[in-house]
Amino acid sequence: MLKIKNLQANIEDKEILKGINLEINPGEVHAIMGPNGSGKSTLSSVIAGKEEYTMTGGEILFEGEDLSELDPEERAHKGIFLSFQYPVEIPGVSVTNFMKASINAHRKAQGLADMPAKDLLKMIRDKSELLEIDRKFLSRSLNQGFSGGEKKRNEIFQMAMLNPKLAILDETDSGLDIDALKVVANGVNKLRSADNSVLLITHYQRLLDYIVPDFVHVMVDGKIVKSGTKELAYELEERGYDWVKPEKTV
Amino acid sequence: MELKDKLLSSFMAFEEAFDVDTDIHQLRSDAIKEFETLGFPSKKDEAWKYTSLNSVLKHDYSVFPNKEDAIDYKDIKKYLIHDIDSYKLIFIDGIYSSHLSQTTHDKIDVCLMSSALSKSKYKPIIENYFNKIVPKNSGLNALNTAFSKEGAFIHIHDNKSADMPIQIINFSTGNESALLVQPRNLIVVGENSQVQIIERHQSLTDHPVFTNSVTEVFVEKRAIVDYYKIQNDRHSASLIDNTFVEQKEESYCFMHTFSFGGKLTRNNLNFYQKGERSESTLKGITIIEDKQHVDHNTLVHHTSPNCESHQDYKGIFAENSTGVFNGRVLVDKEAQKINAFQSNNNILLDDKATINSKPQLEIFADDVKCSHGCTIGQLDEESLFYMRSRGIPLKEARALLMYAFANNVMESVKIPEIKKRITHQIALKLGVNLGFDL
Repeated sequence: MLKIKNLQANIEDKEILKGINLEINPGEVHAIMGPNGSGKSTLSSVIAGKEEYTMTGGEILFEGEDLSELDPEERAHKGIFLSFQYPVEIPGVSVTNFMKASINAHRKAQGLADMPAKDLLKMIRDKSELLEIDRKFLSRSLNQGFSGGEKKRNEIFQMAMLNPKLAILDETDSGLDIDALKVVANGVNKLRSADNSVLLITHYQRLLDYIVPDFVHVMVDGKIVKSGTKELAYELEERGYDWVKPEKTV
Repeated sequence: MELKDKLLSSFMAFEEAFDVDTDIHQLRSDAIKEFETLGFPSKKDEAWKYTSLNSVLKHDYSVFPNKEDAIDYKDIKKYLIHDIDSYKLIFIDGIYSSHLSQTTHDKIDVCLMSSALSKSKYKPIIENYFNKIVPKNSGLNALNTAFSKEGAFIHIHDNKSADMPIQIINFSTGNESALLVQPRNLIVVGENSQVQIIERHQSLTDHPVFTNSVTEVFVEKRAIVDYYKIQNDRHSASLIDNTFVEQKEESYCFMHTFSFGGKLTRNNLNFYQKGERSESTLKGITIIEDKQHVDHNTLVHHTSPNCESHQDYKGIFAENSTGVFNGRVLVDKEAQKINAFQSNNNILLDDKATINSKPQLEIFADDVKCSHGCTIGQLDEESLFYMRSRGIPLKEARALLMYAFANNVMESVKIPEIKKRITHQIALKLGVNLGFDL
């Protein structure tokens, strides 16, 4: 589904990604762990098409297609979803209206007419129940005044609405208490299928107790330095990141 | 002939054609002398530094248009808020159109300035209120007073609420080429009374039209006025709107100004709070492009203690358009414990768009809360990326953000049809269809 080959990327001439290789097949859950500043969030932004980053080498293929020339919205239409580490507040646009704009933009890209309001409202109702989101929430301005946990839950709610082929969850666990984490993880697990893949970006192993990955990768200084199964996450939790870091130059 | 000379020489003919009370006659004669001395403002005047009238004054305006009867309701329907019941005062080229209007005298006088100025029945109101809060330092105000003849006269008696909104719409046809119109409105809202007013100036042809309007609004004790100005004229029309609001104890006045059109628009909006615990709200949305120019020049003068004023103006400027916001808040020594807030936020969409924003606070009291803030920026890149990552294309994402930016001004709009209309207008301006109302 996603094939990343020797990906290199810069922001303002600073090299962040220094040759990433990663392959995710349909139905798989991958987790990328690593210390702060290792480039995890950059990787997710580059896959989603954020324009501040410049791809300087390598390629990103999604279902065999080169993503590098596509706008963020085109990538979204192809089935890529990025759950933000810091979801943006948009005062003046309600959650419902935002979803309506988003869903209908996806449909338009597929040559479909707008979703009938009745169907949309039913879908919103069903998916908000899945994420245990209060109905009142839906008429509030998007993310405005939401707590950290509410913002993350709202991200997964949007993911549930859009049912992406590849969901990238960037630090979705940060700022969540254990109950909220369970709700979010439960939401993600219910959306897993043989066709949908998930890429988890996380700092801690905690999330992986609830969303169990098929593969774990460790990223340090813009490179994936170690890959393994979920046991690797436990090892990292116990021993920290130092032991996987490449030899330091003396 | 220069416009000023033409107007001065037209004055005699105007006076002779229209029979009024001697007091009004005197008022007009004094006003024309004032205009002769003051003339039109120029960029040398501090208050007009960023707005030049040169391009407006160059036309040879006709001052006495012929009566225009050929306008049907269907021609003007789209400029009215037509899906609500309302009283209507409709003027065409400055002349009242009885067949398009709907008036009343059921404890609320919704009628004409021309009758109010000539009939003895209205004399007490005219004597007490007419031209009482229009300052003497402006040539434009003096010019309007000198030629004051027609406009809306609204008097809501004490303890009476207008049962439906009142629309005051000034259409211009400019059938005889360029046209100068000078509506003169007087609105008196008695104690414990309420009224909603919608005001619009609309040109129906592409001839140059210059409107110099003066409106006085008196809000008596505990009265509530909810006023909407919709400015979306053709690019051939210019408007100078001079509005003066006097508020007594515990009164409220909400003023919304929506500026989407016209060649040059100048809003001189002045609030005088003369009674404790009164509250004034001034809000505006400006969205313009091309070479359009919109200038908001506001004054809130606090003379009494325990009052509030809120100003919130948003502007979105595209292409070569220019905006001006000059907001002055004046707090007298006696006006203790007042809250005065002012904010002016702007988005410039193109390199050539300009905004001049100048907040002025002059505070002589020592126990007050006053704040002002002004921002000028572009659309937030992170927000745009967020929306695009959810599949919303760039153009729609930009529009949605601009909507959101303007939306908190819309929240205080109390007439749903206006909200709907303005939302639709914003969508049209931004060239998108979002498929929902905010």
